[in-house]
Parts: sequence; structure tokens; C-alpha cells
Amino acid sequence: MTAGVSIQSVSQSYGTTRVLHEVSLDIAAGEFIVLLGPSGCGKTTLLNILGGFAEAASGRVLIGGRDMAGIAAKDRPTTTVFQDYALFPHMTLAQNVGFGLRMRGMAGPARAARAAAMLDLVGLAGRGDRRPHEISGGQRQRVALARALAVEPQVLLLDEPLGALDLKLRRAMQGELKAIQRRVGTTFVHVTHDQEEAMAMADRIVVMNAGRIADEGPPRQVYLSPRSLFSAGFMGEINKIPLDGAQSALGPLALSGTGPRVLCIRPEAFAPDGLPLGPARVLDVAFFGSHVRVQAAPLAAPDLRLVVHLPPAALPQVGAVLNLFAGSHVVLDA
Amino acid sequence: MRGLGWVYLAAGYGFILLPVAVLVVFSFQDGRLPVPPFQGVSLKWHAQVLSDRNLMAALANSALVAGVSSAVALIMGFLAAHGLARVHLPGSVWLRGLLMAPMTVSALILALGLLTLFNQTGLRLSLWTAGVGHVVLNLPLCFAICYAAMGDQQKAAERAARDLGATEVQVLWLVSAPMLAPALLAAFFLSVTFSWDEFILAFLLTRFDVTLPVEIWSMLRSGLSPATNAVGSLVFVVSVIAVVLAEVLVFARKR
Amino acid sequence: MSLAARDRRVGWGLVAPALIWTCAFFAVPFAAMLALSFARMEGRAVVPGLDPGNYVRFFSEWALFKALLTSLEITLVVTVVSVMLAYPLAAIIAFRVPPRWQRLALLLAVLPFWTSYVVRSYAWLLVLGQNGVLNKALLGAGLIAAPLEIVATRTATVIGFVHFFVMLLTLTIYANLVQLSPNYARAARDLGAGGVQVLWFVILPLTLPGVVTGAFLTFVLCIGDYITPQILGGNNDLTLPQLIMLQLGRSGNFPLASALSVVLMVVVTVAYAGSARWLRLDRL
Repeated sequence: MTAGVSIQSVSQSYGTTRVLHEVSLDIAAGEFIVLLGPSGCGKTTLLNILGGFAEAASGRVLIGGRDMAGIAAKDRPTTTVFQDYALFPHMTLAQNVGFGLRMRGMAGPARAARAAAMLDLVGLAGRGDRRPHEISGGQRQRVALARALAVEPQVLLLDEPLGALDLKLRRAMQGELKAIQRRVGTTFVHVTHDQEEAMAMADRIVVMNAGRIADEGPPRQVYLSPRSLFSAGFMGEINKIPLDGAQSALGPLALSGTGPRVLCIRPEAFAPDGLPLGPARVLDVAFFGSHVRVQAAPLAAPDLRLVVHLPPAALPQVGAVLNLFAGSHVVLDA
Repeated sequence: MRGLGWVYLAAGYGFILLPVAVLVVFSFQDGRLPVPPFQGVSLKWHAQVLSDRNLMAALANSALVAGVSSAVALIMGFLAAHGLARVHLPGSVWLRGLLMAPMTVSALILALGLLTLFNQTGLRLSLWTAGVGHVVLNLPLCFAICYAAMGDQQKAAERAARDLGATEVQVLWLVSAPMLAPALLAAFFLSVTFSWDEFILAFLLTRFDVTLPVEIWSMLRSGLSPATNAVGSLVFVVSVIAVVLAEVLVFARKR
Repeated sequence: MSLAARDRRVGWGLVAPALIWTCAFFAVPFAAMLALSFARMEGRAVVPGLDPGNYVRFFSEWALFKALLTSLEITLVVTVVSVMLAYPLAAIIAFRVPPRWQRLALLLAVLPFWTSYVVRSYAWLLVLGQNGVLNKALLGAGLIAAPLEIVATRTATVIGFVHFFVMLLTLTIYANLVQLSPNYARAARDLGAGGVQVLWFVILPLTLPGVVTGAFLTFVLCIGDYITPQILGGNNDLTLPQLIMLQLGRSGNFPLASALSVVLMVVVTVAYAGSARWLRLDRL
């Protein structure tokens, strides 16, 4: 049975440094939430607080409506997949997976059956009597997942579990994690610094920066309609054009509103039609397979650099002038 | 259950520190025997020890033997470790095994072997023969510590030095030794510690001039006396001070 | 000369001093001692030969053979007791004592190392003797009527040894415990294990190799020690090292002493062979 998580005004400090500033977040039962942010943003600290490995300085954590204050890690309805997996090297895979069940007093044969079923779920059927040092990194990661899921936690916490894998394997595992989460239906709270990973797996992304939540929402929303400059820049490459009212370095633009703001346009958001931005000279062209990356300097503001992604068939010459229009765009407070 | 841990810790410390406490306390015994009842504080035994010429000579001898034998062991061990780490010699596994072998043999047996050798070659027993034994004892240790400390970074630096025209001796003196300074210091310190306190080799391989442990042993032969306590306490206090000084001067400086 | 050959020459040159020293002062004496063990004593003279007489004597004379059994019994008891007392001590320092104080706690636990080994055994003489601290305390408290005779018995030797090896093992086991990744304990707790369960299922098995190494070291050092049994054990229950020294001193019987030393070496080698499977000497 899974449960939702309610984080209410949680703060934490290490010595004199504040690492979490009254963070509040509600996670629905069965959701795949990704805590995304650069190192030091507090995402791992928050995860540790959820798991019971650290006590919040102030605020409350509720899991399934139950206040977790004073409840140690071993008694919480959460389990964690650690970054270095922490598989017990002296036990077989089956014994590893069955460890939590053993702690709960499950008898030998029942444990073995359940461990086998879990190994099957993660695609390692029949390997139960191998040892951790005999299998690959990717396989160890799956065993760690199986071990954490075997006890049927209400919430599964994942601390950058894919960090040690190479790119191809990571991409494959992202898909598998998502599929497994859908199958078991447990609430997953996943920590990562990789925005692509977040978008691949999350039902909702929570972008964190310097101990606060900078943005949160489904991947599409966070990417296309970021709510803060930080999350706009963190989710991917983005062009930022400073505004004052409707005035910009490119001249007056067809925008409403007043005051200092920033116009944000994704490189792939330039279109044949939309918000006119004026002409720009092509400085550099590079073919990237799925798109052509163009660096351009607006004629109206030759010191500005814009990054434009064009379809792979388009190959403008260096020095050519393009007329730029912003398809989708966002205006954020400076 | 929590409290039990602290009780055990306290009991453990009690057991461990009991003999030392008894040693130090009864070195101040104002009486003839270092046993209860404690009859009052007196410094006479410490004074006696410090003015005992034999003991002071033994102390000097211990320092000499420890210092010289450790230095010799360190130099040979360092060179050998450097040689084996740098060049791939045929049978290096066996060489390493041979150099480490004395570590696996009891000091008594080392002493007996050397005694046999010295008897058969007619060499007279002295501090030098004891020193030879101590080098045999400490050479494997120095070799092991130096060998373990040699890493890729240091090999790369040596190669760069050679590339820039340094001779083998210069590489050793200007690059290898300074880079390995912590390991060299640790090996020397450890060797001195072992040699200083070593009894059986010193006992069997010396005749007239003896080291401190041997001198203390002969004090024991004449029965219990607070003088022995005094010697032990003084050695203890000096050792502790030396370690604290080393900690503060050498290791704290690194921070 | 080729570069590789020149390199090798340099290499040999560097290794030579240590190698020559080890051969001259270890290998050769050892061989000489081995040869001497097959020699005979006639009066005061040593007659070299290939006579296994000393070994025959060892296995047939009870007074001699008994020393080996005594050594083995004492050493095994000391090893087991020391490990069992030291492990909890090391665990408490590693896991219960706040990190800031651990170094000090460890230092305190090995403080007696800084007294001379000879003096340390002597100090136990003062504690365990008939007029010693222990007896006076027990008598004073009315727990016993007459002083206990501990000194000059095997018990005193064992206590003296255990005192030393508990310190040594606390140090080595602590080093082992501390280098264990904290994530193992974390993962176990995360999956519902309580304190004792974490120790039993995770920490103990993972530190076992280090413990075995420490136990082996204890065995080797204990069985070859002359000082503690001589000071505390008296002359009735001789250990093998005491017997060797006796042969050296009283009768100057080098051949027999050599043979007994070879026996000691063989015992240590057998112990090594037996525990080699669990032994990881680099983990010391």
C-alpha cells in the first residue's frame, strides 16, 4: 500500500549554514517525483530527512498522514536506494533482497519466494545465488532496487542511483525505473542533478536551488513555462534577453507589462512566425544530427549572442542574416 | 542496553590501565616494597634511578641502538622498495617474499640464528651485534611501509626528473625521498619504537653493554623494588611526552 | 648496454644492500640453525651431522613435549579471550563514542603500550602477587580469607597476555570497523534492522577477515613470547620459548635449542597454512 508525503515548512542547517529554508511540498500517493537541482541545493538533505537519516531542525514530515517526528529510519515506511547501492558483499543476491523481509520476521521459504519474485521484476530472474561482486554495476543497481521494494515500502527514496552508470545504461535504466514504478504503484522520490533524467522519468519535477523550491510541475510545464530564471536555465539551454517594460537590447518588442524582466526563449522555440525579434547575423553553424546549432548576433545588439536550433536540413552560411521570430516564449521577473 | 556499553568501556579501561596506575603510584612508595599499603610519597626511588650509572648508560645505549639500527633499516628498506617498485626484476615476487620473511619469524628464533652465526664466526657480542639483530627485525617493516607508499604520482615525478637530466642519486635524494617523507618518518618512528622496547634480541646478543630493557630485566632478578617502578614510570612518561610532541610538531603542522 | 638492461642493473643495485643483509643475517643464520638442530652434543662440544636425535628427544621426552602443549593451550585461550574482549571495546569506541573523542578514547585504550613490555609484565606481578594490589583489595573487602596464588601459575601468564593483546586487537579491530562504509549499516537500518541485528548480520561478517588477521597476529606473537611467561608464569609450567631459553642458558645445548626453535617455526607455519584462507595481511 503506498502513501503520499507531506513536507511542511522543513528547515535544516549544518552548523551555521542553512541548507533548507522552510521547504513545503505535497506528494500524492503513487507519484514519481524527481527532486532536481545542482549539488548543494539541499535535495539530498531533504531525502535524508524523509528517510529518517537526519532530523529536520524545524517543520514536519507526514507520510500517509502520519507524523514522522522521532521515528527512526528502521521504523519508517520508507526504503532507500543508495548511490553506491550498499549491497551486502557477504550475502548472495537473494539474501540481499530478502534482508528487509528477514528483519520483519518472514520465514525462510516465504522470503526466498518473494526475493525470487523481486529479482524477476527487475530482470534478474534466476541469479539469486550470485554475489554482488560477480555482477555488473547496472545489475547491482537493479538488485538494490529489488531489495528496497521487497519490503513493500509506502515511499521509495532514490539517491542519485544512476550516477555511476554510463550514458547508454543510464538511459535504459531510466525507462525501466519508470516502468517498474508504474507496475508497483509505489510513490518514488528520486534525486538527481540531470535534467534530462528528470524529464525522462518524472510525473512531476521539483527544481531546487540553495535550499528552496525554485519551480515544480510536470516536465512539460517546467520546461516550457518555467516559473523562475533559475529553473529556466537549469532545465536546458535558454536565451535570456533583458527587458525594461517592452524595451530590450533588440529594440522595442511586442510585449505587455512593465518593469525589469527577462524574455526567455528556448533555442528550438524560434519559428518562421511569432514574436518578431529582428534580424541576426550567423556567427557559427554546427551540425548536431537531430538539429543544427546556430550562434547568431542580432544586428540591433551585436554583442548579444543567441543560440538557435534549426531543423537538420537547414544549413545557413556563416555571415548570412536570419530573421528571427520567437514561437513559444516566457517572460520572467528579473 | 545503551548503558551497558559505557559500563563495558569503563571496565575495559579499568582493566587496561590498572597495571600502569599501580606502577606509577607505587613508584612514589615511601617504603621498601612496591605493594600495598601505600606508605606515603617519596621521590627517593626516582632520584636513585636517575643517578644509577648503569641505568643511564643502558638508556644511552638503547637510544644509540634504536637510532642507528632504524636509520640503517630505513635506508636499506627505502632503496630496496624503490628498486623493486621502479624496475621489474625477474623473480621480484620471491625477492619481496624474502625481504618480508623475517617478519614471520619470532624474535627469539631470529636471535638464536644470529647467536649461532656469531658463535661460529667468532664475532664478539656487543651493542653492534644487537644492532644487527634490530636491523633484521625492522628491515621488513621499513621495506613494507616504503613499498606500500610508492604510488603512480611519485613514479611520474621521478620519470619527469630523469627526463630533465637527474642522475639516479639525485632522483632519490631530491624527488623520491621528499615525496615519501611521511612514510619514511612513520617507518623510522615505528622502527625506533620497536627497537627501543625490544628485549630478547638485545638480551641474547649483548654481553657487557646492554640496552634498557635488558638492564630492567636484571633489576627484576633481584626482586620487587620501587626502583623498578620508578624506571618504568619514567620511561612511560618520557614516551608519552615524546609521542605528544611528535603529534603536535609533526602531524599538526600538516593541517 | 640497452636501456632495459641498464635499468635492471640500477634496480639490482638498489635492492642489493637489503638483500645481502637479509641473506647474511637472516637466511644464513637460519640455515645454520637448521643444520645445528641436526647436530649432537658431546660434553661441551657440538658435533655436526645429520642426527635427528634432538627431534627424537623432543617427541619422546614428556618434559620437552609438554612445553609445546602448554604453549598451544595458553596461546589458544589467550587468542580467543582477547578477541572476545577486544571486539566489543573496539565497537563501542567506533560506534558509540562521539567522533571527536574517538582518537582520545583509542589512545587511552592503548596507553600501556608506552611502558616497556618488560615493565608491563612486571606491573602485573605487582597486581597479582601474594601481597599485591588485587589480593590486598580482596582481603580488605573480606571476600577471601587467604591470599590467592595467582603469580607463578598459568592464570597469571594468561592475564598478562590478555592485557597486552586486548590492546593490540582493539587497535586493529577498530581500524577495521572504521574503514567499513557507513552505508552498509545505513542500508540495514533502512530495511528495518535494529542495533544488534546490524552488528550481527552486517558488521560482524564484514569485519571477520580483519578479526582473523588480528587473531593470527596474536597467535604468532603469543606463542613466541618469552618475557611474560617467564615473569608471571614461574618455572613449573614451561612454555616452548622458556624451554628454548633454558637449553641455551643452563646447558648451552645449542643443537636442542635449535631443534625446539624449528618446532616453534613449524607450528607457526601450520597455523598460517590453516588460516590462510581468511587471512588478508594487507588489511591489518
